[in-house]
Amino acid sequence: MRRRLWRFPGGLRLPGHKAASLELPLAEAPLPERLTLALRQHIGAAAEPRVRVGQHVRKGEVLARSREYVSAPVHAPTSGRIAAIGERAVPHPSGLHAPCLELEPDGEDRWLDGLEDDQVEQPPSEPAELRARIRNAGIVGLGGAVFPSAVKLTPGPQTAIDTLVINGVECEPYITCDDTLMRTRASDVVAGAALLRGLVGAAHAVLAVEDNKPQAAAALRDALARAGEEQTGTLEVREVPTRFPAGGEKQLIKVLTGREVPRGGLPLHIGVVCLNVGTTAAVYDAVFRRRPLISRIVTVTGPGVHRPRNLLARLGTPVSHLIEQAGGYALERARLTMGGPMMGLTLSDDALPVTKATNCILVEPERAAAPALPCIRCGACAGACPVRLLPQQLYWYAQSGQFDKARTQGVFDCIECGCCSHVCPSNIPLVQYYRHAKSEIAAGERERQRAERSRRRHEMRQERLAREQAARKVRRRAPTREGAGDEGQ
Amino acid sequence: MNAGRDTGAAATPALGGGARVGAVMREVLYALVPALCVYVWWFGWGVVVNLALAALTALAAEAAMLAVRGRPVSMFLGDTSALVTAVLLGFAIPPLAPWWVIVLGTAFAIVAAKHLYGGLGYNPFNPAMVGYVLLLVSFPREMSTWPAALGPGVAASPLGIQDAWALIFHGHTAAGAAVDAVSAATPLDAVRTGVGLGRPVDAIRAGAAFGHVGGHGGEWINLAILAGGLWLLARGIIGWSIPVSLLAALALLAGLFHLSDPARYADPLFHLSTGASLLGAFFIATDPVSAATTPRGRLIYGACIGAITYIIRTWGGYPDGIAFAVLLMNLAAPTIDQYTRPRLFGEGSGG
Repeated sequence: MRRRLWRFPGGLRLPGHKAASLELPLAEAPLPERLTLALRQHIGAAAEPRVRVGQHVRKGEVLARSREYVSAPVHAPTSGRIAAIGERAVPHPSGLHAPCLELEPDGEDRWLDGLEDDQVEQPPSEPAELRARIRNAGIVGLGGAVFPSAVKLTPGPQTAIDTLVINGVECEPYITCDDTLMRTRASDVVAGAALLRGLVGAAHAVLAVEDNKPQAAAALRDALARAGEEQTGTLEVREVPTRFPAGGEKQLIKVLTGREVPRGGLPLHIGVVCLNVGTTAAVYDAVFRRRPLISRIVTVTGPGVHRPRNLLARLGTPVSHLIEQAGGYALERARLTMGGPMMGLTLSDDALPVTKATNCILVEPERAAAPALPCIRCGACAGACPVRLLPQQLYWYAQSGQFDKARTQGVFDCIECGCCSHVCPSNIPLVQYYRHAKSEIAAGERERQRAERSRRRHEMRQERLAREQAARKVRRRAPTREGAGDEGQ
Repeated sequence: MNAGRDTGAAATPALGGGARVGAVMREVLYALVPALCVYVWWFGWGVVVNLALAALTALAAEAAMLAVRGRPVSMFLGDTSALVTAVLLGFAIPPLAPWWVIVLGTAFAIVAAKHLYGGLGYNPFNPAMVGYVLLLVSFPREMSTWPAALGPGVAASPLGIQDAWALIFHGHTAAGAAVDAVSAATPLDAVRTGVGLGRPVDAIRAGAAFGHVGGHGGEWINLAILAGGLWLLARGIIGWSIPVSLLAALALLAGLFHLSDPARYADPLFHLSTGASLLGAFFIATDPVSAATTPRGRLIYGACIGAITYIIRTWGGYPDGIAFAVLLMNLAAPTIDQYTRPRLFGEGSGG
């Protein structure tokens, strides 16, 4: 068995702040008065509503789905009435509204027929059927990337996968939802991992845990031992050094295998599939219990709540409801972040709903951002960058509008981990500049494609006109000779 | 955006929260305090008067330029980068040069080399070196009149603070002595001139201006500068690559030529311990704004400064060459950066 670990470039040792939210045990958040379910909680095409306003739905029922390959359905997290379908505020960097369903719970929490009994059954053996179940359960990457898992688990016949990585690293400060999951559902994670290993045809599966979570690693090892002989040769638990962003997919694969995902490529190009532990547990629920993805563990933490803790929350639950369950606000003026302090998304208010991507609600005191000073090109950012970018150069190109240079210097390789901004002595919000550059380049690309299309149309029209004119000329001459030129008119 | 900021991260162990550019600059100033003390011990109070003049000029020029450019004066004055420029220039010029020399050099450094190019972070050239070179080429006599080292103990010397003040502002002491009376050739100058006259290096270095390895007195200042530089390294304020590559290239070239003809070429230790070698390596070439920024680029940048310095010292028209070497390499830094970009994660890893 391989024991060696590799290192990724850069990265930071950050204070964990994880103990506070682990003091209280995991609890289930009670039903809120209303659930707001975004139709797009994943990468890919938005799901389309399959219910009407006023319709009564049961827990686990499909509310929306899309025919597109890259998409994921949305299920009812409880039984109740569809109160509205329309645009609502959702957690998104743009701050724009997006199509949502509103579900008014009836308080009975009744499952769809056939799902009432929580029974563990043998999963289907047919890979296509397994993938269909994962797809129909609405499972997406719960580590935050929310890419539809069924797509990821369909590597294609030409691609040989040798290693499955189950990511329980959870490297961002404050977040403990995966830690909690591994402690409380270790055997489900192990069973899910064993199943997924078979599904992708990997010889080997690694459950990776950061070495600041010894209890989670021990729980997984126990579960692995209980799973018996059969799994011990193919599944292993490995602790990786605590270093942000070790939980990034490419960084973790490097640490475990020494292989680097090629630029612009995917893990499967180097024979690896990587899934989050939460996703793995959701896969277990879907294939062993026929349960769709309707809830997830959310860490509610930070100095701004009285009792930091982890909550099993139904998708669509308002953030404010979870904060109440965590003892309410401990601060007058709090700043809300969805996700961690490094890569999280600042929330404009606490009415926003939990989505499949919501791993953490961080409540901190509101603080004015330190004013940004000029870049002194000290290079601290370059030393911290896990992609070996030169953030100071990218910043220069991004702020001066030289987006082509930003692109050739690798702005699209940026994983937006925030290490560069974190170490910047001038407090420059570097990642914001890269996001801006990326969106400008993408907009420019769309514009270029549109121009190209209309140019092609114009050229084709010109050609057609020229052809027609030539044809007319021929015809004008032709009738005198043959007298039968207007046949085609 | 991030909350973890209030606690230092691995890459910047010395720095706390807030605007940390100011903290970096202040650490650089602290690191020069030992060298300043040794300087005063050996060469009297002139350097203190010069530093005070430079600091006042720099702050005034910085404030005026910030006001003219409509920038928040107090915020940018707080970054203390102007003080660093002033202090480096104060160290670089002869300690008894007339007052207008340091005032002119500092003002030019701040106004022209820094603010006309866009202020902190935007200057392609090291401002202190631009000021220094302006003075060197414009006022060669004032810039090459260096006082001889005094015996240990300032109190007994004729160059107490009053004498230094009088020389700097009036050109002569109260007793009527002019600067020329206390001046002497610097070690680098003495070797240059001596070798030019065909005398062997050994014989030249038997003179009074020379100490154990470098200049009499000067070698102790350089030792203090080395200590300050090592402290900055240990604090993570500067990286190792520029100072190490600069000094290594200088020592390597000096060593090769010394081995080829010891009578004509001084040994590496002499080159490292005289002139502005150490000040340049640890405090001037490490100015991040005007240096190369990539890991390999910094090695190239430092090594080229070391090599050019040796070439100018040995065959050029000036006794020391750090300032010219730094400015030349400032010019080359963007190009060096462009050709030394690190291999990106996943780049060329195949698929």
